[in-house]
Amino acid sequence: MLTAFAILTDGLIYAAYLFVVAVGLTLIFGVMRILNVTHGSFYAFGAYGAAVAVGTYFERGLPAAGGFLLMVLVAMAIGLVLGLIIERGLLRRVYGKDEVVVVLVTYAAFLILEDVIQLVWGTNSYALYQPLAVAGSLPVGELVLSNYDIGLVAFSVLLAGAVSFVLQHTRWGRLLTVVIFDREVAAAFGINVSLFYTVTFIIGAMLGALGGAIMAPKISVTLGIGVEVIVLAFAVVVIGGMGSVGGAFVGALIVGEVRSTAVHFLPQLELFVIYVVMAAVLIFRPQGLFTRTQPRKI
Amino acid sequence: MTAILSVRGLEKSFGSVVAARNINVAVPYLQTVGIIGANGSGKTTFVNMITGHLRPSKGSIWFEDRDITGRPSREISRLGIARSFQVPQIFNSLSVLDNICTATAIARTGGRLMRQALTPFYSPATRTEGEAALRLFRIANYHDARAAALPQGVRKLLDIAMAAAGQPRVLLLDEPTSGISIEEKFGLMDVVMSALRDRRITVLFIEHDMDIVGRYADRVLAFHDGAVIADGAPAATLTNPRIQQLISGPKLKAATADCDHA
Amino acid sequence: MKSRSRIIGALVFFGAAALTPALPAWIVSLAIVALANALVVLGLIILWRAGLVPFGQALFYAIGAYAVALITRYTGLRDALLLLIAAAILSGVAAFVTGFLLARYREIFFAMLSLAMSMILYGVLVKTGTLGSTDGFHVEPPTYLGYTPQSGMRLVLLFWLVLVCCALAALLISLYVRSVAGALAVPVRDSEIRLEFLGVSVNRLIHLNLVIAGTLSGIGGALAAFAIEHVDPNMAYWTTSGGFVFVTIFAGAGFVAAAFVGSLLFELLRSIAYDILPGTWQIFLGSALLLTILFLPEGVGSLFQRVRRLPRPTSERDFITGPS
Repeated sequence: MLTAFAILTDGLIYAAYLFVVAVGLTLIFGVMRILNVTHGSFYAFGAYGAAVAVGTYFERGLPAAGGFLLMVLVAMAIGLVLGLIIERGLLRRVYGKDEVVVVLVTYAAFLILEDVIQLVWGTNSYALYQPLAVAGSLPVGELVLSNYDIGLVAFSVLLAGAVSFVLQHTRWGRLLTVVIFDREVAAAFGINVSLFYTVTFIIGAMLGALGGAIMAPKISVTLGIGVEVIVLAFAVVVIGGMGSVGGAFVGALIVGEVRSTAVHFLPQLELFVIYVVMAAVLIFRPQGLFTRTQPRKI
Repeated sequence: MTAILSVRGLEKSFGSVVAARNINVAVPYLQTVGIIGANGSGKTTFVNMITGHLRPSKGSIWFEDRDITGRPSREISRLGIARSFQVPQIFNSLSVLDNICTATAIARTGGRLMRQALTPFYSPATRTEGEAALRLFRIANYHDARAAALPQGVRKLLDIAMAAAGQPRVLLLDEPTSGISIEEKFGLMDVVMSALRDRRITVLFIEHDMDIVGRYADRVLAFHDGAVIADGAPAATLTNPRIQQLISGPKLKAATADCDHA
Repeated sequence: MKSRSRIIGALVFFGAAALTPALPAWIVSLAIVALANALVVLGLIILWRAGLVPFGQALFYAIGAYAVALITRYTGLRDALLLLIAAAILSGVAAFVTGFLLARYREIFFAMLSLAMSMILYGVLVKTGTLGSTDGFHVEPPTYLGYTPQSGMRLVLLFWLVLVCCALAALLISLYVRSVAGALAVPVRDSEIRLEFLGVSVNRLIHLNLVIAGTLSGIGGALAAFAIEHVDPNMAYWTTSGGFVFVTIFAGAGFVAAAFVGSLLFELLRSIAYDILPGTWQIFLGSALLLTILFLPEGVGSLFQRVRRLPRPTSERDFITGPS
């Protein structure tokens, strides 16, 4: 019973941060049909940025609440800047080209940014321990849960709710849905598709960076974290359905719980099992568990 | 062998929607059949069942005394039934010559993958046949042009030429003159029909242009609501008031007189 | 290959073979790795011509490499030729089996399924102790028909082996690309429907191409294992697959030789970048890829074609048969 509970909570926590990372990716794919490998860079930049900025903040002994706020602000700033540079500077030039070519462009950008990280922050690893320490912990039965983790889960749920709300109930969100369905028709109706692309990409970048920022306290921020996370994010997005926010939520949950179960019972399967699920979804329901769009499949 | 192609009691439903009901048609060798009907009347379903794209819910399809009901389209193509498409399915990256040579090369290797892997693409025979086909369809001067840059009429002719490359005995043309300007329609059909007759291919074509149907069909099949409501000679069928009401619209004698292009 | 290309190819082949003992070791090493990778790239070119870009080709590369490593370790067999054959068979079979699934997908879904499969192998390799887990394990250098070369000759013999493999691959793939099946790759990209209605099973054709590409990748992996004398799970990681796709775009799908020229050039650039710009070699390579995509979408290989013939060829035919 305890194990089941532990598995459940571990899975939820893992799912929470995966969702934050993946939701930006799925939005970008849904709107622009781009599988954005650079998302891994947004994540990494967010993590490094948070580790350094928030770490310095806490060292100054400033109030804790501000520290958490700073985390979010740093992520958003990073997302804004990087997102603008990549979308305006790079993606603009390749819109309309083959889907796969665009993915490769984002991969090239990712490689470049990996080195930029090294140039800016060096090869050291950074630890951001203060948010975890400050948040404290909550004993639940025999388990001790970190308040930070609980906050993380709550934050993800709120984020999911907020994104869904915006998509379904605001004018901007509705227009975005139209653009997702058919950009040509959207343009024919006078929607400024190009502006939507830029804004969507920036928001996606912010979310990616946010994913990194909130993960920073839980990991050792070092070179290569972007490389690992991007392929996990792909798995989540594929499982849930590319372009579906609800799908990202469900996909993250599935990946989180499946991995958690594997870790507790058969640790050798930890990595393997996530990709088996991804492959299984691609084989049996390629459009993902949540979307209605048909995949390009013969 | 009486009919080269016949369907008996053919039906197709998609859930509660009946797209084809009790169709019985026998097409004799070299009879040109014009298929008319409003959109959604079942003519495309009919063609798709014959070419194996759709599996009939009931009934049977016979080709040269062979039951081909429910067989996959690839098999049916190899057996000798080909089709052209309303949106011409040609290879845009290649030249016109490469397009037709692709079709003739496939025909020569009979659809066997291993044989295809071991046979060179550019054999003299493939080229000769390809060029002959281009000449037959009067597009030989487009030889080296890239398919992506062709005018619509040439695209249609190439699509049909490729379909005909495999020496099919039956060829289904899906709206061959759609998207073609009025001045060019008859010219195109003249070329197509004489080429196909030359190759002894039985032709069925779907058309919305009644003048084309009147001129080139030996027999008209009129579809409405999934059923064949008229089956006979063009003159009789196209002037039939019920057909005119449902499908073709009244014929204006003055207009048709002007449309007789040679 | 048209006769002029054949003559050039033969000259290069024999010239390189003859020069090998005289060249410095680092050049030979570099060339070996580049040529091993070139085989993977050749397989990717075959697939790219049909419009498919797998993001997980490292799966077969790793299978080839681990096949060599495991057979050497557990059976003591070290003959290079036999090991190569074993690697080719294993990776070929793997490509055949996975092909049943992969051949049904296109574009992004194809790329993602391929990626997932390679990451499954990665997951297995990383967590399996007997397979060496994250550290991988050492591979004994191979013997050649019973002869165990001394350290000086090791590199030379391996290079000759690699040269022979590449020459054979180049020859066979050139023939394939000129066959009906090989030439049909381009029409597949343009209109599968037309092909299906001409009686071609497109899925089976793609399946064949997948097997060819998988086998080539396996052989490349085996040769890499010989060269590096080490295998580790990273050989199956997505970044390895990404690297191969990278080089393929760089080289271009124009003609068979592009795989080898492109790969050598790339390896050279990578080494130079690593040496003179150690902290920024990825920036350099990433930029190279970007520039290639933006300005030379048909890859570096297309430069050779442009030099020999202006105006631009009007037909893909030139891409099928290469410059004459």
